Amino acid sequence: MQLPLVGVTVMLERNVLQVYPAAESVVGSLHMAHTEWRDAPELPDFSLLKRLARDQLIFLLEQLPGKKDLFIDADLMSPLDRIANVTILKQHEVDKLYKVELKPIVSSSDQLCFLIRPRIQTVKWISDLVNADKVAGRFRRYKIIFTPQKFYACETVLEEQGVYGDVTTDEWNFYILPLDDDILSLELPEFFRDNFLEGDQRWVTTAGSALHLLQSVYGSFSKVYGIGRCAKMVYESWRELMEEGEQRTRQPEFAKVFLVDRDVDFVTPLCSQVVYEGLVDDLFRIKCGSVEFGPDVTSSDKSIKVMLNSQDKVFSEIRNEHFSNVFGFLSQKAKNLQTAYDKRRGMDIQQMKAFVSDELKGLKQEHRLLSLHIGASESMMKKKTKQDFQELLKTEHSLLEGFEIRECITYIEEHINRQVSMIDSLRLLCLLSITENGLLSKDYRSLKAQYLQSYGIKHLLTFANLRQLGLLEEQQAGETLTVMESKVGKLVNDKTVGKLTDAFSSLAKKSNFRALSKRLALVPKSGEEYDLRVPRDMAYVFSGAYIPLSCKLIEQVLERDGWTGLEEVTRMLNGQEFAVTGGSSSSEARNKTDAQRIVLVMFLGGCTFSEISALRFLGKERGCRFIVVTTAITNSARLLEALLDNHA
Amino acid sequence: MTTLEDGTGVCSKGPGNRERSSLRLQQAFITQNEADSSVTVWQSHLICLNFFKTSSQARRRPCFSLNRKIELYEMGWNLKDGLRECLVAAAPYGGPISLLKGHNRRSPSARPQLEIYSSSGLPLASFPWKSGVVKQLGWTVSDDLLCVQEDGTVLVYDLLGGFKRHFSMGNEVSQSQVLETKIFHSPYGTGVAILTGALRFTLATNIDDIKLRRLPEVPGLQGAPSCWAVLTQDRQSKVLVANGSHLFILDNTACTPVTPPGLSPQASSIVHMCVSFSYKYLALLTDSGHVWMGTSNLKEKLSEVDTKIKTPPKQMAWCRRPKSQQPSAVVMWDGLLIVVGECKETIQYHLDDDSILVPELDGVRIISGTHHELLQEVPGACEEIFKIASMAPGALLLEAHKEYEKESQKADEYLREIKEQSLLSEAVRQCVEAAGHEHEPETQKTLLRAASFGKCFLSNFPPEQFVSMCRDLRVLNAVRDYTVGIPLTHTQFKQMTVQVLIDRLVYRKLYPLAIEICRYLKTPEYQGVSRVLKHWACYKVQQKEESDEVIAKAVSVKLADAAGIFYSEIATKAYESGRTELAIKLLEFEPRSGEQVPLLLKMKKSPLALSKAIESGDTDLVYTVVMYLKNELNRGDFFMMLRNQPVALSLYKQFCKHQEQDTLKDLFNQDDDHEELGNLYVKASYKEQRLEARIALLQSAVDEYYKAKNEFSAKTTEDEMRLLRFQRKLEEEKGELLVGFSLHDTMTTLLSVGLHKHAEQLYKDFRVPDKRFWWLKLKSLAEKEDWEELEKFGKSKKSPIGYLPFVEVCIKHHNKYEAKKYVSKVTPEQKVKAHLAVGDMEGAAEAAIERRNESEISTVLSRCSATTDHLLMERLNRAKATAVKK
Repeated sequence: MQLPLVGVTVMLERNVLQVYPAAESVVGSLHMAHTEWRDAPELPDFSLLKRLARDQLIFLLEQLPGKKDLFIDADLMSPLDRIANVTILKQHEVDKLYKVELKPIVSSSDQLCFLIRPRIQTVKWISDLVNADKVAGRFRRYKIIFTPQKFYACETVLEEQGVYGDVTTDEWNFYILPLDDDILSLELPEFFRDNFLEGDQRWVTTAGSALHLLQSVYGSFSKVYGIGRCAKMVYESWRELMEEGEQRTRQPEFAKVFLVDRDVDFVTPLCSQVVYEGLVDDLFRIKCGSVEFGPDVTSSDKSIKVMLNSQDKVFSEIRNEHFSNVFGFLSQKAKNLQTAYDKRRGMDIQQMKAFVSDELKGLKQEHRLLSLHIGASESMMKKKTKQDFQELLKTEHSLLEGFEIRECITYIEEHINRQVSMIDSLRLLCLLSITENGLLSKDYRSLKAQYLQSYGIKHLLTFANLRQLGLLEEQQAGETLTVMESKVGKLVNDKTVGKLTDAFSSLAKKSNFRALSKRLALVPKSGEEYDLRVPRDMAYVFSGAYIPLSCKLIEQVLERDGWTGLEEVTRMLNGQEFAVTGGSSSSEARNKTDAQRIVLVMFLGGCTFSEISALRFLGKERGCRFIVVTTAITNSARLLEALLDNHA
Repeated sequence: MTTLEDGTGVCSKGPGNRERSSLRLQQAFITQNEADSSVTVWQSHLICLNFFKTSSQARRRPCFSLNRKIELYEMGWNLKDGLRECLVAAAPYGGPISLLKGHNRRSPSARPQLEIYSSSGLPLASFPWKSGVVKQLGWTVSDDLLCVQEDGTVLVYDLLGGFKRHFSMGNEVSQSQVLETKIFHSPYGTGVAILTGALRFTLATNIDDIKLRRLPEVPGLQGAPSCWAVLTQDRQSKVLVANGSHLFILDNTACTPVTPPGLSPQASSIVHMCVSFSYKYLALLTDSGHVWMGTSNLKEKLSEVDTKIKTPPKQMAWCRRPKSQQPSAVVMWDGLLIVVGECKETIQYHLDDDSILVPELDGVRIISGTHHELLQEVPGACEEIFKIASMAPGALLLEAHKEYEKESQKADEYLREIKEQSLLSEAVRQCVEAAGHEHEPETQKTLLRAASFGKCFLSNFPPEQFVSMCRDLRVLNAVRDYTVGIPLTHTQFKQMTVQVLIDRLVYRKLYPLAIEICRYLKTPEYQGVSRVLKHWACYKVQQKEESDEVIAKAVSVKLADAAGIFYSEIATKAYESGRTELAIKLLEFEPRSGEQVPLLLKMKKSPLALSKAIESGDTDLVYTVVMYLKNELNRGDFFMMLRNQPVALSLYKQFCKHQEQDTLKDLFNQDDDHEELGNLYVKASYKEQRLEARIALLQSAVDEYYKAKNEFSAKTTEDEMRLLRFQRKLEEEKGELLVGFSLHDTMTTLLSVGLHKHAEQLYKDFRVPDKRFWWLKLKSLAEKEDWEELEKFGKSKKSPIGYLPFVEVCIKHHNKYEAKKYVSKVTPEQKVKAHLAVGDMEGAAEAAIERRNESEISTVLSRCSATTDHLLMERLNRAKATAVKK
């Protein structure tokens, strides 16, 4: 059994270790490899949610008895696969399965069932189908199952197209897909664009209903915190549902809920991810908890789909690790595996028999996974060296620190001019703008012009979107806050600077990243060595260069049990914070139960794997556990692609 | 066991009796009339008991059930002629009674009078009947009165005489007129079945969702059938018709002749039939006076009894409690009531007055002009306890308790007797159950006290049954009260559920009692007290005499702390009764703004509706209002309204993006949002295939951008137009596909196909930064491996991007030789990198040491291999040490 390890270690040392000198001898024990630790609170069983969703879907399918063809929205395919596989669908008389492609269809069935997200476009397409059938004198039965809910706008389209009476509609209340033991996803990537860019709040109630569902299945919460406009609205909608419904007093399975808007922290999702799971997502795109490794990873000529979750024993040990530690771990693991295999030698028949029946299967499985992850790591290295990953990281870190900004701008300029990567260039521009509170007019224009030259004028629209979200802005004259602040800062003490910052920030919606970073100590002092094998804080997810703002906020609020003492921070984040004590006035005695140490964090607009890793770390430090509920898993590419406007 | 040989009461001993002369009459039966006040408690409740036991029968099963007749009320009404000449309908479950006097009078001068009474005869409503001739009265499951007219129109009134609505039973019915009607109840609601003058049946199973069904013709039917009934079988309503001696079942599709098994042959015609409350059993009365009883599917015969009366009866009904073993039906003639069971004997009652029978789940109510009675089979537990000299555990426990009250030691003896058989818990259970079936509170108390007494000697006896029975009885006694007049039995109450009972009280506007019951039974607030309060409020807002303020205040004060109240529903009621102002006032109390919107729209308060919808955060609601406004207002006003509501505006924009692009343009135009208009045109230009149209769109965008004072965008767009024209020109000349490429991509393409001049033209025309051009040219030359040209280019002037890229690009294309040419030109800071890139370790080391840069030395060191570069490493380490020292 040969494992492709030798080449890997060489490459590893050559490329990554230079940047992180502390990680030189990584082979050895990993300190935070395991997600389980002693005294960890038990997590609730989320597979129940899947069962509920499946049962409802089956019920809905049976509402249309007889054979039928099922059309599924493309982005519902993967989530559906996790709920009910083809066999189950076939059992309930689904004849053929089609992907919704918004093109004319070829189906001979007399009954068509559509399982779709409530999108106007799709509904319009269905209306066209129905009308075409009418013209052709064809009689069929149509049923639309909207998930997670039906929108009035969709019904309006049916009405306007004159097919309202021909189509029956239903709702499949599939709000939450459990991606892992501690990750729940609404699988609504469009939440981000709709809510934050288009100002369309239609998904707010969906998020509220998702929380309500969790509450009705797993018990109520004792305390709810949140920050952001959308978070507030989601809480309101959830509260209304709570009031309408039956009050059930159950032993709660979560203690606290934290709601956070994505636009509270744009910096974190814009940074390159360096934690293993995040890196896999950045490079290979994890889709609905599974990833497709191409031939370059599998070292064969076919791709393999792999589920990435805590069931994968190898993955679960490295997912939260900084990438520089992963190789060491994997090679150690490979050696152990080899030893285990080697035991065979010198075994007698009886021992061999026992070995084959007891251990071999496990070893083989482990071997398969191990070689996959090693392959993935190798492939990552190849890609990351080609684009000069180190330079990129260095620039990012400089931006976060606010250090050598001119050099950074030059680097970004070169990046654009060389057409390295459309998304990466945009990402760096946004990081620059957010950290610097907008670009100087001169820089803004020249960078924008160069970007348009590289990637075409259609990105005028992209820039308009970015500006609207405050991701990429031009500093207005007289508002060069950073300059002012640093100047004033030299003259007066910190407190006055803070007040001045507040005064300035009230003038316009600003990111205030620099001031926030100072107040919350997001960027550790440079020059200090950071041992990535023994992380001391959440900054390890970004090589010790930056603590994710979102996670830091959560930490601070949980520590203070509210927002007191964080007034300046919230002011800089445009306020909208809240803390509510839940309906069930839980007695102090209950504080000691496991449930009180479980915190539900809901990201509205998506969260990254880096943030999840950081929260897992925080949980371990604080002796609690976090469950992440997100509208979708995001990363820099997904975030920015959502804001491109050339596809509409 | 003591045998009581004679009994008082009327017991017809038919000829069959003589054969069984050895009958032992075990139980006395005393009719109500003869019960005197001194009779003991149990006697007064066992009014009529019939208990035969046949020694000859192998199965020692009583062939006749015990029946009892209880007086429920002395009627409070004052009817001159009793029930004579009246159309009467009484609702089951102790519901109201309606009377229509003189319904046959057709002259307008003497209109018939419609009266509604409670079961105790208290008037609820009375009004003269002004519509057509009524054929039949009936009650729905929700206590609404149905009046079926001759022309097939059905009028619906509530129980206080308020007109609700009317509906028709179809053209066919109105043409051929109604001959007979039956109103029936099924799990699907209340239904109406009509026999028309054309001798056809029309049927609606649920009057709340009317689907008329015309049933097939009955063969050979000449005149009206002798009798018919509606059955509910297999989730379908069917009609059973008797035509002479022939019996047919009519369903949706067919008319099927059927024969009841074992029907005595001497009958030539079936004159009457009735179906049991549960639709499981059927009783037929033949012209020979025989009553045939069997299952309604006509598969099994239960018994047949000869009544010896050959005149057709007035009414016939089943009188049977659920799960009872014996069939039992009641047949009524003028002045006579006969109970028929499994054996040949019948029990006869004399009736003083015209009466009607109201079949119930567990018995039959008999309503006459003066009295209201309940005839039912004696419940098992009561029988066990009150049977004379009964040794049942319950009876013993009751006795024990009596002795205990008397402070007699016999109590202990009785108790021991029960305990020895370990039947004490059974005894308690019997007492509790029997209490439930008793109507007299005193008896209930005695039984419950006995049960409570027995419970003291039991450990681990679950208290639930006792407690809930006490609660139920308290509620039952309250509603059985004369003033309320709902004579429910415990069995009926359980079947009907508390919720329905509360509804019934609410229909009768007995709000305080309903609330008391909810509180007493601890019904969850939102389905108990709150619901009642809501109904009260809905009623309150319809009271015209009070002012808006007073009512709004009264409502808000009463409802303030009740959970789950929808003020919107109350407001809707207020609006419906024409009080818009009051409705708006009430809506202010509604905490859920989402609930306010639909009504506000209905009341044409659209701006308010829109802002409330937005407040609710429910986008569906906002859409509802927006779509409504779109149709309601003219375009200008509509846009103006949206303009003040950004949330609504952005939602509408989303909708327009997919449905109405042009509207979007108008929206931006109205707002003078030239920036967005510009963006819109740019976006449109990308969908446009033809170049001219595309350029035209871009020109529109340019104009808009200028209007928006966005010179940057305007200039860029102009550049794009220029680029497009340039691309097309070149496409035409050189045949290279270029249109739509970005400037960068265009230049890359031009350079790769060797059109250097054109590339340079673009470089100059579009003010492409030097750096970009150098990168472009460098890459494309290397791509083509035109090293000579590259060298020339490198020397043409000082490279704005430095020379490290030259080195790297050459290496990338595996030309170390060329790469080395540029190493010397690289700036000192990049020297190490350049050397390393070409693999020159010596050079790299040299440069690093020269620069005394620690990190660079480390970089070089890390690239050295321990075997080959041994010396070099030593040197580097030394240099590193000195660099660190510094």
